[in-house]
Amino acid sequence: MSRFLIPLVLVAVMIPVFVIGLNRDPSEIPSPLLMKPAPEFELPSLKDPGQNVGSANYEGRLALLNVWATWCVGCRQEHDYLLRLANETDIPLYGLNWRDRREDAVSWLQQLGDPYVASAYDEDGRVGIDWGVYGAPETFLINAEGVVLYKHISPLTEEVWQKEFQPRILAEKGIIE
Amino acid sequence: MIPEIGHFALILALSLAICQGVMPLLGAHRGDDALMAVARPAARGHCVFVIIAFACLAWSFLSDDFSVLYVANHSQLALPDVYKFSAVWGAHEGSLLLWILILSVWTVAVGRYSRSMPESFSARVLGVLGLLSCGFMLFTLLTSNPFERYLPAPQDGADLNPLLQDPGLAIHPPILYTGYVGFSVAFAFAVAAMLSGHLDRRWARWTRPWTTWAWLFLTVGIALGSWWAYYELGWGGWWFWDPVENASFMPWLAGTALIHSLAVTEKRGLFKSWTLLLAISAFSLSLLGTFLVRSGILVSVHAFATDPARGLFILAFLGIVIGGALALYAWRAPALDSDAGFKPLSRETFLLLNNVLLVIAATLILFGTLAPLIADVMKAGKISVGAPWFEIAFAIPMLPLLLLIGVGMHTAWRSQDWPVLAAQLKMPALFAIIAGLALPALVYGRFGGLVTVGAIAAFWIMAVALIQPLRSLRRPPGTPAITRAALGMSIAHLGVGFFVLGVSIVQAFNVEEDLRMTPGQSVEVAGFTFELRELRNLQGPNFQALEGEVEIRKNGKYIGELRPQKRTYLVQQSPMTEAGILASLNRDLFVALGDPLGDGAWSVRVQYKPMIRLIWLGALIMALGGLLAASDRRYQFAKGAVKSTEKSALGEKVA
Repeated sequence: MSRFLIPLVLVAVMIPVFVIGLNRDPSEIPSPLLMKPAPEFELPSLKDPGQNVGSANYEGRLALLNVWATWCVGCRQEHDYLLRLANETDIPLYGLNWRDRREDAVSWLQQLGDPYVASAYDEDGRVGIDWGVYGAPETFLINAEGVVLYKHISPLTEEVWQKEFQPRILAEKGIIE
Repeated sequence: MIPEIGHFALILALSLAICQGVMPLLGAHRGDDALMAVARPAARGHCVFVIIAFACLAWSFLSDDFSVLYVANHSQLALPDVYKFSAVWGAHEGSLLLWILILSVWTVAVGRYSRSMPESFSARVLGVLGLLSCGFMLFTLLTSNPFERYLPAPQDGADLNPLLQDPGLAIHPPILYTGYVGFSVAFAFAVAAMLSGHLDRRWARWTRPWTTWAWLFLTVGIALGSWWAYYELGWGGWWFWDPVENASFMPWLAGTALIHSLAVTEKRGLFKSWTLLLAISAFSLSLLGTFLVRSGILVSVHAFATDPARGLFILAFLGIVIGGALALYAWRAPALDSDAGFKPLSRETFLLLNNVLLVIAATLILFGTLAPLIADVMKAGKISVGAPWFEIAFAIPMLPLLLLIGVGMHTAWRSQDWPVLAAQLKMPALFAIIAGLALPALVYGRFGGLVTVGAIAAFWIMAVALIQPLRSLRRPPGTPAITRAALGMSIAHLGVGFFVLGVSIVQAFNVEEDLRMTPGQSVEVAGFTFELRELRNLQGPNFQALEGEVEIRKNGKYIGELRPQKRTYLVQQSPMTEAGILASLNRDLFVALGDPLGDGAWSVRVQYKPMIRLIWLGALIMALGGLLAASDRRYQFAKGAVKSTEKSALGEKVA
């Protein structure tokens, strides 16, 4: 008798797992950096290798850092929205051009428009590793103290901006003002 | 008005399905003929109203009734009519309705072809099918009503997901669902047998053709899905071990095991409880697949809109159906086990091994699919299980299975004399080893461990599969020809051989290059010269496209021209890749446009895929084998024919 019960027991064990799993968001990948100070970095600027772009550029103010590359399809998708966003918001948007070819990236910005205040050029992806980049595109929201308030993986959209970024930005500004 | 008729028809269908589910089961329990007689008319009426509901939804799509929310979300004025129709099952609500439609058609078919079975048995089968249909209709009506209105109606719809605007994907879901839902018949047969407490060899003979029909549809459905992914997703892969692909593959493996186990139960009256368990598993895995896809519990490219209420409903349904069936199994199966013996070298042994290996494969895939979920729930962190893991996990049980197929097919029931078998298999084995070593070395100029093993296994299966049909062709006059069922088995295994050969060769000798190309430029890949002659803009009915013209030459000789496209669908603004493929039996040449790289240059993916067609051809040959086997005269339930076989079937104890 008992061996005929095994399948039933297995299913009985799996059902609670499914119930718990239903209440989780599978696309949510916790960032070890969340609510912690973001790593400082300094890299050559994408457009002008003579200059440096780094965490010093946005020190002391709320800023966005977008990880992008020309080989990434999602980056192409979100690009038009980033252009619009850069116009609409007063928060500076910095780019981290990640594991890319400089000439490709520069011509991409020339062709499609440049939403970034400045882009840092992370050729070998070291800064990406420090920041725990999982896959481009990713967008970080960093506050004046350099703490990562939020991290979004996958293309940024109006909906995500309204739902996830806006409330955090307003809360942050409320504290400052 | 039409959508309300559809909604109302679905409610009427539910009422009839309740009658079909409750009354015959009660009647069979009490031995009440009048109650049992409700089963067939209720099933037919239920089917008619589901057809009306389905037709109403289709009509709403074809007449661009954007006041229906589902239509507004998944169609558009400029969408070609074919896709307006296939959009009916293009998303969650409508595909559920399709599922219900297919289930009700299967049910009517079971009602029609089960007249030779005892009344109490067919009443139970139809009753169980009715209850399953109730579950799906309640799910649709309560959480996913496709007829919901959206007022005021928008001027135009949001368009069908461009991925689905493709002939391959228009027919893939109906065929796949026919397979999935078909396993509900085997499930119903199993539950009916457990309810009655009787399971004899006749039961296996009734169940076999239904299982084979479901299996062959599932085979074609999976092959179509793989073919679609190959040319539409633009990567040139043919299987991605995506959770949704796994969801269709696990029932296929369980169904394949079931077909083989049923053979033992029919011929020898053995493996009864095991066969029951497989019949429950094949359908349970189909349901689990639905749950995984619809609830959004796993991330997948196929995931439909996710909604926790829907997830909970399916989970509850899943728990009742699978849990109920398995509880019944734990209660009834022990009494059904038989203890007839067989020798170690006999067909029974090989079919047992076949079952064990297939079940191991299905279990490993199930584990890999659910592992991310389990890890997440146990708070062990986020993990993902990728193709390399699945490939190894799947190959481990499959390689011995492929080698055993050949021996098992030619082993006699009960007991087999080894020298006789060895003499029979010597030539095919020799042929397989020579051909398997020669093909990679002579045609592709390279040896490789895996490709050689794969090719030997493939040629081995093909050779042994042909022994029986060839012998039948050369038989002395007056002796009986091979039966259709045996021919079907041989053909299906031949298909396995083709499939294995295709997989081995394409994995080993596939060439794939991502290149930067400007118009006028040529590149050389795998001995072929690809010239990008020009890029031009094109206007489709509901999309704009950039089309490349690629000319292919080999040693200066013109071979063909490809026109890969990069489409942008206007309403959803989503980019789509239409790969250009020059197909032939021995190789595909595949060109897909990537992204603009500036200065008029584009990234272009060029691939050379030797023998990839054999993968889908193999699957179609397997399905053809299933078709031959399922249509064998032995399984035709014409009233007169049954009486004569009844006696031999009942002589099970003697055998």
